[in-house]
Amino acid sequence: MDHFPLSWGRPRNDALDAFNTYPMHKRPTHHDTFADGVQRTQQPIVTGTSVLAIKYKDGIMMAADTLASYGSLARFKSIQRLHTVGSSTVLGASGDLSDFQYIQSLMEDLIIEEHTAGDHHELGPAEIHEYLAQVLYSRRTKMDPLWNSLVVGGRKDSKNFLAYVDLLGTTYSSSSIATGYGAYIAVPLLRNAVDGRENTLTEEEARKIIVDCMRVLFYRDARSLNKFQISTVTDAGVTISEPIQLETTWSFAEGIRGYGAQTQ
Amino acid sequence: MFRNTYDSDNTVFSPQGRLHQVEYALEAVKQGSAAVGLRSKTHAILLALKRSSGELASYQQKMYRIDDHVGIAIAGLTSDARVLSNFMRQQAMSSRMLFNRPIPVNRLVSSIADKAQVNTQEYGRRPYGVGFLVIGGDKTGPHLYEFSPSGNSYEYYAMSIGARSQSAKTYLEKHFDSFADCELEDLIRHGLHALRETLQQDKELTINNTSIGIIGPGGNHEKAIPPEAPFRILEGEEIDVYLKMMVPKESADAPATAPPPVAPEGGESAVAQPPAGGDEDVQMQE
Repeated sequence: MDHFPLSWGRPRNDALDAFNTYPMHKRPTHHDTFADGVQRTQQPIVTGTSVLAIKYKDGIMMAADTLASYGSLARFKSIQRLHTVGSSTVLGASGDLSDFQYIQSLMEDLIIEEHTAGDHHELGPAEIHEYLAQVLYSRRTKMDPLWNSLVVGGRKDSKNFLAYVDLLGTTYSSSSIATGYGAYIAVPLLRNAVDGRENTLTEEEARKIIVDCMRVLFYRDARSLNKFQISTVTDAGVTISEPIQLETTWSFAEGIRGYGAQTQ
Repeated sequence: MFRNTYDSDNTVFSPQGRLHQVEYALEAVKQGSAAVGLRSKTHAILLALKRSSGELASYQQKMYRIDDHVGIAIAGLTSDARVLSNFMRQQAMSSRMLFNRPIPVNRLVSSIADKAQVNTQEYGRRPYGVGFLVIGGDKTGPHLYEFSPSGNSYEYYAMSIGARSQSAKTYLEKHFDSFADCELEDLIRHGLHALRETLQQDKELTINNTSIGIIGPGGNHEKAIPPEAPFRILEGEEIDVYLKMMVPKESADAPATAPPPVAPEGGESAVAQPPAGGDEDVQMQE
């Protein structure tokens, strides 16, 4: 805020300094008072890492850990990155978590408006995904992106839906999706386990695939946490589990040079 | 000229609690040629009577496609209909753009009803002089709605609007019980029978003066209808087969007295007709 009255605008009489603040010849040259009131996201600040999601026999399964990082600092260790939208959709987010909170409020508005119509035309996962793609693309076009990679999953009318959209508005759909570091580490594992078996995988098998990938990510991803949640969307509706603790072993680290007690 | 002092301003109630300008707008709908809509479990159809201003003129357009899943038939001021149908198309495209979803038909109809309501309340406006029959298919099945300039919209099993639509309504009320399980062909035949009731004495339905709009799977006489079966308007030679399916009207059923000719629809040049008393359905007073 500029506290100099002369910067608030031109006085009615140019020849008279009504505020008598500066000698006329030393008046500051006027600049846009509110110019620094407009800010754009140029980098994510508090971030979430990978989201994993796969299709299975009864629906879709999604997982994300509960960490919000501030740079490399593990700043908040118990935040939720999976969000229920309506009755048949779950939304998972990596990237800037304040932008995700904004998206959550958008979803809330959307669902309320849809609910008040009261005509049984509920938005399903496909519609939610299209809407998010339009919002994210329009924000990147305004050079003010919502800095997220989102995974939208759901099951409506006995059809599974799983798709991705990111800060550029890029979308794709697949039977297994991973964002962030998981796109490098988990995608090959997921495709190996899921492709061609989308209609036969049981919930237990799907859960094992997801947990194994989360474990690999925890070993490899320096921005991850050994605490995560699993969400499923089936004909029965959306569930998001309580935080799950990963079982990990670190005895092998003993033998790795640079980790364990050094002998030489 | 004016019926009373509450005529000129549509935002002022008469002492009887009526908005006269709104009621005159409903009369404008009755001046347009008739349109009939009916619905089965699988289809919703529209039938409309097209007028021509003379031997040398073409027939007016009575039906518009709004989107692949919605179509309308109009009665009243064609220019108002174009404004509203354009708005409906925008709404439909916006739904496809934003959600990749065909707009739910009830919301589309509500949106124009809300527009029409504003015109019955705000100073310096006039109501739309057009009524619609809207058919559409969404995941809850086929639907038929009536929209009227008063800002009302209702869903119907069967409905008719326009000049002498009361005669069609009488036919529909007598037969609507059987519509739900009708094949498309039977539904169209019922629709044509209802539309026929709105004709003047010596006139008949021809391939030139009849339009048929369909929502639902392709019928026995339709060729090359894609599986998603979009809204389609049948006109000309295509409808000959349906006209031939009509059961000839028994002379006993014919009205005892010849109905007087219809007043011309707004936006058209006057129809050359023998001078006669006012249309029986148009209850405008001098």
